[in-house]
Amino acid sequence: MTILSQEEAKAILDKVLGYSKAEGCEANLEGSTTGNIRYARNTVSTAGIVTDLELVVQSNFGKKMATATINEFDDASLEKVVRRSEELAKLAPENEEFVPVLGPQEYLDSQGYFESTANIDPAFRAQVAAASIGPCREKKLVAAGYLEDTAGFEAMANSKGLFAYYPSTGVDFSVTVRTEDGTGSGYVTRDYNDAAQFDSARDSAIAIDKAVKSREARAIEPGKYTVVLEPAASIGLIRNMMFNFDRRRADEGRSFLAKEGGGNKLGEKMFDERVTLYSDPTVAEIPVAPFANDGQRRERVTWIEKGVVKNMYCERFWAQKNEIPSVPFPANGVMEGGDSSLDDLVAGTKRGVLVTRTWYIRTVDPQTLLYTGLTRDGTFFIEDGKIAFPIKNMRFNESPVIMLNNIEALAKPERMNGTLVPPMKIRDFTFSSLSDAV
Amino acid sequence: MDRREFLRLSGIGVGALAVPVFGRPRTLYGATTPIPSADKKILADAALNAARAKGASYADVRIGRYLNQFVVTREDKVQNLVNTESYGAGVRVIADGTWGFSAASHVDKDSIARAAERAVAIAKANAKIQSDPVQLAPTKGVGEVSWRTPIEKNPFEVPISEKVDLLLDVNAAAIEAGASFVNSIFFQVNEQKYFASTDGSYIDQDVHRFWPTFSVTVVDPESGKFRSRDALSSPVGLGWEYVNASPDGKVLGMVNPATGQPRITTRYGSRYDMKEDAIFAAQQARESLGAKSVEPGKYDLVLDPSHLWLTIHESVGHPLELDRVLGYEANYAGTSFATLDKWESKKFNYGSDKVNLVADKTQPGSLGAVAFDDEGVACKEWDLVKDGVLVNYQAIRDQAHILGEKESHGCCYADSWSSVQFQRMPNVSLRPGKQELSVEEMIKDVEKGIFIVGDGSFSIDQQRYNFQFGGQVFYEIKDGEVTGMLRDVAYQSNTQEFWNSCVAICDKRDYRLGGSYFDGKGQPGQISAVSHGSSTTRFNGINVINTERKL
Repeated sequence: MTILSQEEAKAILDKVLGYSKAEGCEANLEGSTTGNIRYARNTVSTAGIVTDLELVVQSNFGKKMATATINEFDDASLEKVVRRSEELAKLAPENEEFVPVLGPQEYLDSQGYFESTANIDPAFRAQVAAASIGPCREKKLVAAGYLEDTAGFEAMANSKGLFAYYPSTGVDFSVTVRTEDGTGSGYVTRDYNDAAQFDSARDSAIAIDKAVKSREARAIEPGKYTVVLEPAASIGLIRNMMFNFDRRRADEGRSFLAKEGGGNKLGEKMFDERVTLYSDPTVAEIPVAPFANDGQRRERVTWIEKGVVKNMYCERFWAQKNEIPSVPFPANGVMEGGDSSLDDLVAGTKRGVLVTRTWYIRTVDPQTLLYTGLTRDGTFFIEDGKIAFPIKNMRFNESPVIMLNNIEALAKPERMNGTLVPPMKIRDFTFSSLSDAV
Repeated sequence: MDRREFLRLSGIGVGALAVPVFGRPRTLYGATTPIPSADKKILADAALNAARAKGASYADVRIGRYLNQFVVTREDKVQNLVNTESYGAGVRVIADGTWGFSAASHVDKDSIARAAERAVAIAKANAKIQSDPVQLAPTKGVGEVSWRTPIEKNPFEVPISEKVDLLLDVNAAAIEAGASFVNSIFFQVNEQKYFASTDGSYIDQDVHRFWPTFSVTVVDPESGKFRSRDALSSPVGLGWEYVNASPDGKVLGMVNPATGQPRITTRYGSRYDMKEDAIFAAQQARESLGAKSVEPGKYDLVLDPSHLWLTIHESVGHPLELDRVLGYEANYAGTSFATLDKWESKKFNYGSDKVNLVADKTQPGSLGAVAFDDEGVACKEWDLVKDGVLVNYQAIRDQAHILGEKESHGCCYADSWSSVQFQRMPNVSLRPGKQELSVEEMIKDVEKGIFIVGDGSFSIDQQRYNFQFGGQVFYEIKDGEVTGMLRDVAYQSNTQEFWNSCVAICDKRDYRLGGSYFDGKGQPGQISAVSHGSSTTRFNGINVINTERKL
């Protein structure tokens, strides 16, 4: 049994803490059951179930700290992992940045667990694959897809009496549909906490449509273009930007949020005023645990408000050192948008490129957050408000900071990779070279 | 520091991927001695017999103990010490012509037999929708054998204090040489893998890998500019001896007689001088702040093995994975331009006639070297591209027949006892030049070029055509002379054009391995460690872009 109830998790954690002889001890317990089915060439290639239960124990003697892990839960093993972390801690030099564990906290309520997902069984997964593969076979297309569903929990407790528990479920689905001759390719990806919202046939139809429409792609000249980015196209750039919102690195002068001459860019307007980006564990469409794994409380934090940098996440040591509040690393994000739809954005575009998805995004320059990557699986030229023809994929070199200063319009946000992101229309997006890849 | 956060090595600039904690971690700190083979044979036989009893025509079992240790520091602080262990068994079977797999985290006769039975049940269930029965290339049973990575000293046996002292010493040297910040880490891996199969093999392997690395950042507060330079070490199939610096294990930088400074930094082969490299890193990061920003255009590129390994990995290693060519990875990293018809023609010029690319899981000191792969096939070497022509792919037992071959190439791997083994990239290397040619001689012949050391950003499309690569240190070559450092360099090319622009390769004296712990493939994803060897190589007329932007 890997999904433990709150009582069962607490019982194990209390036992672990009972063995502790250190000044401070903190234990994290995570368990999950994850099922998956993968298909390619219109047939199932692999399917499996992975169950996992792991315990991580951190012990400290003053500022000497170390960590040990285990996956067995008989009493002897629980005691062993505590002793191991203590032995290792005693060997560690003092870490002046060590921060003692937190006392008990009050957490917000977040609902991330749905029976519909927890009840997924092999028959469900086979049906998801069939709902993709069937239509593809009929249309002489080739499906390659993947479904992963998880039910699990995270729990923690420490020697100051903190205890936290959070169960959750998740479904991740993607399918790439290609034409038999390999000249067309379309893609769709969806993620949910509640499997009742998921419909493989409905979603696969999107990829099928793009595969068919992407054949006979024409090359256009690389250069700066107005783009309409579907959520799967912008998400990589937005998330990468959020990974660079660290207060300490900004204060140290080594981030795009560092200021010339010292200091950071809190309070500065760095983006278009339509950009508001925040995190909140309780958002119904993208719920996450209301605590970080050191027990810090997660609550609504606004990172960018009307284009102004409002907050950065900040580790506890740096916060204490600078007498500012600590802000835990976020687990979800919301980028606000408008009321229009993706179709509205296309209809309002005289000349531009519709991008379904971006791929292989890597940092080129952390100073300006310049990233490179490519378009993939459904790239189309827009003329006078309509999709005119498919185009060859292209490599881009662009910065989300520059991108979010070149906003033409934002539509209604949708869930993508645990984040709410609006389809967006951006001008002067830099495509730097052509790719022959389909 | 947050326990999970430290695992995200991207925070210290050593790569874009997070460090995984394998399967179900479990500690036995200090107890690094492998479990006796005889004990594992009893367990393995329980699995194999159970599988056969339920109707499997083939079965294999991997009893694996995976140990990691991380020592993580920044400047003068040790941020964390972690030991992880993961122990369990995975059973793979063929029943009714179909694969089935199941794993057990309890390793006793009962649990492992039940895992075998579950695997057969899964195979039989999947057989109902199977249209293509498995065709397994035969492989000889080898009886009871064992192998260990030929390391000199096991890093797990080196006292923590010695490791901490070395890293803090490296950090201090970097700071003294002008670094504003430095993160350094030791990442040790030990896979104790016992493989047994109904072919009659009982193979016990003790695999070791080691990766010492750092990232140095220099900040210029007035201009608000910062630069990083990462370590020029590689992850290696060596032990602690890798960090015992020695003159034989390195390629000295070319020194400017006027300043005494390297015009091209020292590069490392079989031994790594971490402290020296950290000092150079600090100096070079600082120098690059004021270096000339590259003029975009076409250049002849001279690529050091510490850089070229990644270009080989992305533009040769991946496109030649046979399952990728067939479409099995279409939903993740994509397919390949190197389709079967190109191989069948025997005339596809993957590269110029100077280019010979070879696959292997045997090079000493490499990450891929083992005696047998994860389906019991003896490892070997084979050509992928010969005299520029595409001649082969990477295939395992159930794929060999597609190429008309009688045996697997021996490149099957699973990253945990709980994950199923599949085709993974072996070491893929560029053979050194047959004629004598030194790096100095190569440079003398270049009129307008850039010498690139170390790997940086890397991005390639979903069929492996269009790529763009950065690096760690860039030097301008003008009329046969290295004239100074450049910044803001990246090059962009198309795989076939690029390899056909290869005009010269230094000889075997310069040959060195680079590599990665984190090659990713599959859904659910698995990682694999892989090395790529080469000598310094010249490519003509490659498009170089300038990556500087103003916000």
